[in-house]
Amino acid sequence: MALKDRKKILTVMIVMALVGLFTPFANDFIRLLITQTLVLGILALSVDLLLGFTGLASLGQAAYLGMGAYLTAILVDRFQFGLGCDLSLILLMGIAIGAAGAAFFGLFAIRATGVYFLIITLALGMVVWGLANRWNSLTGGDNGINVMMRPNCGVDFSNDINFFLLVYIFFCLSLTAMYVLVNSPFGRTLVGIRESETRMRMLGYNTWLHKYLAFVIAGGFGGLAGVFWTHLNGIVSPEDVLLPISVDALLMVVLGGAGTLVGGPIGAAVVVFIREYLSTLVEWWQYILGGVYVLTILFLPDGLMGLMALVKTWRTDRSEKEGAEASSGQVR
Amino acid sequence: MMNKIFKKASVLAAVMTVAALMLSGTRTVQAEEIRIGFLAPLTGIFAQIGKDMRNGFQMYLDEQNGNLAGAQIKFIVEDGQGKPPVNVRKAQKLIRQDNVHMFIGGLLASTGYALAPVSTRSKVLYIASIPAADDLTQRQKQKFPYVVRTGWNSSQSTHPFGNWACDQGYKRIVTVGADYAFGHEVIGGFQKAFENCGGKIVQKLWPKLGTQDFGPFLPLIKKDADAVFTLMVGPMSLAFPKQYKAAGMKAPLLGGGTSADEFALPFMGDEAIGYVTALQYSAAIDTPKNMEFVKNYRSKYGKVPSYYSESNYTTVQFIHEVLKKTDGKWPGLEEFVKIVGTIQLDTVRGPVSLDDDMNPVQNIYIRQVTKKKNFGYPDEELWNNVVKTYPGVSQYWNFGKETFLKQPVYSRSYPPCDHCE
Repeated sequence: MALKDRKKILTVMIVMALVGLFTPFANDFIRLLITQTLVLGILALSVDLLLGFTGLASLGQAAYLGMGAYLTAILVDRFQFGLGCDLSLILLMGIAIGAAGAAFFGLFAIRATGVYFLIITLALGMVVWGLANRWNSLTGGDNGINVMMRPNCGVDFSNDINFFLLVYIFFCLSLTAMYVLVNSPFGRTLVGIRESETRMRMLGYNTWLHKYLAFVIAGGFGGLAGVFWTHLNGIVSPEDVLLPISVDALLMVVLGGAGTLVGGPIGAAVVVFIREYLSTLVEWWQYILGGVYVLTILFLPDGLMGLMALVKTWRTDRSEKEGAEASSGQVR
Repeated sequence: MMNKIFKKASVLAAVMTVAALMLSGTRTVQAEEIRIGFLAPLTGIFAQIGKDMRNGFQMYLDEQNGNLAGAQIKFIVEDGQGKPPVNVRKAQKLIRQDNVHMFIGGLLASTGYALAPVSTRSKVLYIASIPAADDLTQRQKQKFPYVVRTGWNSSQSTHPFGNWACDQGYKRIVTVGADYAFGHEVIGGFQKAFENCGGKIVQKLWPKLGTQDFGPFLPLIKKDADAVFTLMVGPMSLAFPKQYKAAGMKAPLLGGGTSADEFALPFMGDEAIGYVTALQYSAAIDTPKNMEFVKNYRSKYGKVPSYYSESNYTTVQFIHEVLKKTDGKWPGLEEFVKIVGTIQLDTVRGPVSLDDDMNPVQNIYIRQVTKKKNFGYPDEELWNNVVKTYPGVSQYWNFGKETFLKQPVYSRSYPPCDHCE
């Protein structure tokens, strides 16, 4: 492991430690927004695995969030299941249903690349929305399903601090798991596929299988985010699996910086705070959100994470220039 | 020199006056502050309705200078975008950030079903001024002890309307309604009452909420029906009668209250004349109280008030009445619900009181769109002329609470369409 990598990991760890220490003492509403950021952060991680490391832009990631979310809500609503320590089972089932859904959809989607992949994932996402919206007897249709209370397993998660800590722990676990994954031989192969699929195939890799597995893993993380999403809001509605959530997840990753892992959660934080916090202060918050997107894409193709690199090169550039000017002055 | 001193003195005097004013100002703000959160769609396809809602609320507050029986009202508006999950998140903001005593509003029935659990979970009062979802005050009432409704419930107005349709001699009616909870309940109520008195619903069509092109639906409507009953919401209300008449259809139009509400009426043309709808309010109610309300509202906001405005205006009146009884003090959550349940109000829409399940008992007006001059306005305009008033209608109509609650909530499949051909 290179020294630079170690420094980066240390920075992320310090930031996460600060978030964990600060949030329990934050204002109630800010705490809720940080929790929301972490949940969407898990979803963004799953998108980043596809977009940043495998080169697949998925526009249907909300589908897996929706599967996890609906599973949680239906089990609570119908069977009162998952309100105690069986929450741990729900978390596993959420991951499983997201992964299973992705395993099924992946059969259709992984055949395509580029724009076609985008369109197929979009279509499959809309299928899930259609089910959520029209299968009234199971999903409650347009009304969605209300979950009146959060689980209580010795620790009462209806307390926002406890719920935050739960999500926080799972976010840290997800981030670590993703980090290990993308640095494993499997992850390096994915990057290889992103760079040149033909070459990887020529080298004897089964690229279809690699992409398929990445898609399934991403689905699993989406399902996990879904379980938290239901308990965070206390409601799951077809609006939650609709296209805008998928687009948001994709944009969060682009905003933060694809292929960086931490970029997605950073993007999630920016989007959540503009949309949920700024919107309570000014009515024209949508222009700001739009402006941030446009400016990032125009000037920071590598996202907000690219900002640091940019500042660094700018500074070395300037010092070199100054050095050059100084030396030219000497000549004169 | 003199000039300079004079200047200094005048500056000093000004500063002192301002300080004095500020001091006296702070002294009057001793009154209790009551924080009210308000959720309305201010962006998206329902933005215009959201403005009507907010304006109605704001108008009452302005009339009282933001002071209800001595309590200072802090009015905080949030944009719910007409989406249930967004409304929930904004309600959580109002509760956690602004520490509101109550939150009010939401538009769609689905939003009502989403917001009510928030009130239970957070132990904060929720006043459903618009969401009409039946079960909030019926089968699920015991889950929501802190929900008070000041508007109406979906099937309340169409129960008497069903009887009215029988009285007109209609036998066979086709329904076309927005495909979501509110549409199912409004149409379900109409069907139940209409079939109870001998009518038959022969066809039910369900366009998606927000449909603007009814081309695929109009040819399906049975030509031999005596009337077509519609339930349109928001922009759908404008589109339907225009396309209906353009398609050369002749059967008279009946509808739920939102199909020809004053929200849409000023933008409709002659195609709407004759449209009969039922609701607890019409801007054309011929009482001095309503005339004054319409005139004030119109001069302030430039349009005739819709029921969205009236209902929120009346909601503040309810809060005002409670605070009058408590001398401007916040009585506490349970106590507020108890007091509001005992109130009998003379409102713009007529006499209103709440039943045991916190749903209004009120007049239902059968209204026919008519072109006429009204309230001394110079131009001929479309008004919802009241043709019949059913006084004191409760959410259970004449079915009786016990028997009514035994049947399931109205839905896409209930009541079953036994006479569909």
